[in-house]
Amino acid sequence: MSQKKIGDVILDVQNISLRFGGVKALTDISFNVREHEVRAIIGPNGAGKSSMLNCINGVYSPQEGSITFRGQTFKHMNSRQVAEMGIARTFQNLALFKGMSVIDNIMTGRNLRIKSGLLSQAFRNPFGIGGAQREEEEHRAFVERIIDFLEIQAFRKTPVGQLPYGLQKRVDLGRALAMEPQVLLLDEPMAGMNLEEKQDMCRFILDVNDEFGTTIVLIEHDMGVVMDISDRVVVLDYGKKIGDGSPDEVRNNEEVIRAYLGTSH
Amino acid sequence: MAFFLETLFGGLMAGMLYSLVALGFVLIFKASGVFNFAQGAMVLFAALAMARFSEWIPQWLGIESLLLANLIAFALAGLCMFAVAWLVERLVLRHLVNQEGATLLMATLGITYFLEGVGQTLFGNSIYQINIGMPKDPVFILDSVFQGGILINKEDLYAALIAAVLVIALSIFFQKTGTGRALRAVADDHQAAQSIGIPLNRIWVIVWCVAGVVALVAGMIWGSKLGVQFSLATVALRALPVIILGGLTSVPGAIIGGLIIGVGEKLSEVYLGPLIGGGIEIWFAYVLALVFLLFRPQGLFGEKIIDRV
Repeated sequence: MSQKKIGDVILDVQNISLRFGGVKALTDISFNVREHEVRAIIGPNGAGKSSMLNCINGVYSPQEGSITFRGQTFKHMNSRQVAEMGIARTFQNLALFKGMSVIDNIMTGRNLRIKSGLLSQAFRNPFGIGGAQREEEEHRAFVERIIDFLEIQAFRKTPVGQLPYGLQKRVDLGRALAMEPQVLLLDEPMAGMNLEEKQDMCRFILDVNDEFGTTIVLIEHDMGVVMDISDRVVVLDYGKKIGDGSPDEVRNNEEVIRAYLGTSH
Repeated sequence: MAFFLETLFGGLMAGMLYSLVALGFVLIFKASGVFNFAQGAMVLFAALAMARFSEWIPQWLGIESLLLANLIAFALAGLCMFAVAWLVERLVLRHLVNQEGATLLMATLGITYFLEGVGQTLFGNSIYQINIGMPKDPVFILDSVFQGGILINKEDLYAALIAAVLVIALSIFFQKTGTGRALRAVADDHQAAQSIGIPLNRIWVIVWCVAGVVALVAGMIWGSKLGVQFSLATVALRALPVIILGGLTSVPGAIIGGLIIGVGEKLSEVYLGPLIGGGIEIWFAYVLALVFLLFRPQGLFGEKIIDRV
């Protein structure tokens, strides 16, 4: 791994508990994420990984606990605030704008950054009056860089619904990148992919981390992939944290082995 | 030939009115993925508000000028539509985020009955006039080309002009602005739209406001031609074939679909009617829609529906 500089704690999750009626999805979970690192959350099916991500993303409001992002502590957040603070996410089950082209999908990620007013956008013109045209071009140039980066140049005008699954996953990542996030939450970025697609996706994730210095929090249950690309790993099982540390520490943790492989009684 | 052209123009004008109603459907569908059953009720509500305010304003404020009174009435009716939009978001849609399309459809069905009832309670339930001072006198054009020229209603020309301006403005709004793109994004996926920071609630208010204004313009033009009464709510049914033809997601589709149906109705009535006994105007649009559903379900301009299995 390259000699990247892992910084201070950027995201700190403290004592999160989340219940749906009588079902305890998460119980007293605490962990932190340092700037520029790749942090993985792993665990068997139903361990509460996605619930955890949804708490950070503001989709769920945990009953107890708080989340501190860049020194600000929150009990409840909504998705929009989270997006404004610089946390972007991708989805386990693709949630793309299917009818829109690849470019338009990724452009929506620039939504929060568009400054010019509605009228000046409506009267956008090649003469640069009003400045909206220049702004649109800047955003467009940024989106083109992402498209190059993700190697989807050939599909930029294609409606996303027509692309194969692996490419749709890339567009999802591209839309999140367009927000220029500080923290990128990836919900099973490699689910349902074949080996080659997985390798590509790993490369993109590491490149994002290296080139843009983006902090990455990813959920996976493919252990092999996670161990290769993460700096530190949190392990959840039945909504509880059973392990936390470097991939090697986690690999040798007995409780983790038990959760994954079962135990002989 | 002159007679053919006259029929053609008549059809285009009727079609344009269908387009205006269809446009309301398309707007809300495009921007929230909801098929808004209440569009017809919104047209009725807006037209009632417009008719009654333009009647009351001169009494309340003692304004003589027809134009001024109408402008104030239009503004007030517009405010009513904004209030409706805000209430719909606040009381209905906000609680249905991430729900199935069918759930939202049923909710708009409820809104339909509510609006019809409240509209008539607030504004009365008889037949009212909207007089926006459009010249009603017919003019003859092209009389150098044809003997006697072609008879055209001036009122229709003005109405067409208003509709054209509205459509151009809306197309620009959807295609060229970031808000337009955000609206299209919300239509496709609520959750994803929220995750990139699009404020769902505000978007919904915006789009219902826009649809409300379109309903107001449609209601005003229909109302000034035919009078405002309860049957106005059923013009929505006439707009259904238009959106099937034009495509549920296309603003230009709504316009061209409306024109095709308007022209088709009139021409078939005049030229086919005598052969098969007339009455074609009533069912023509629906049969055409049926044919389209069989062979091109996404309509002329709609986005192709792709479902992965």
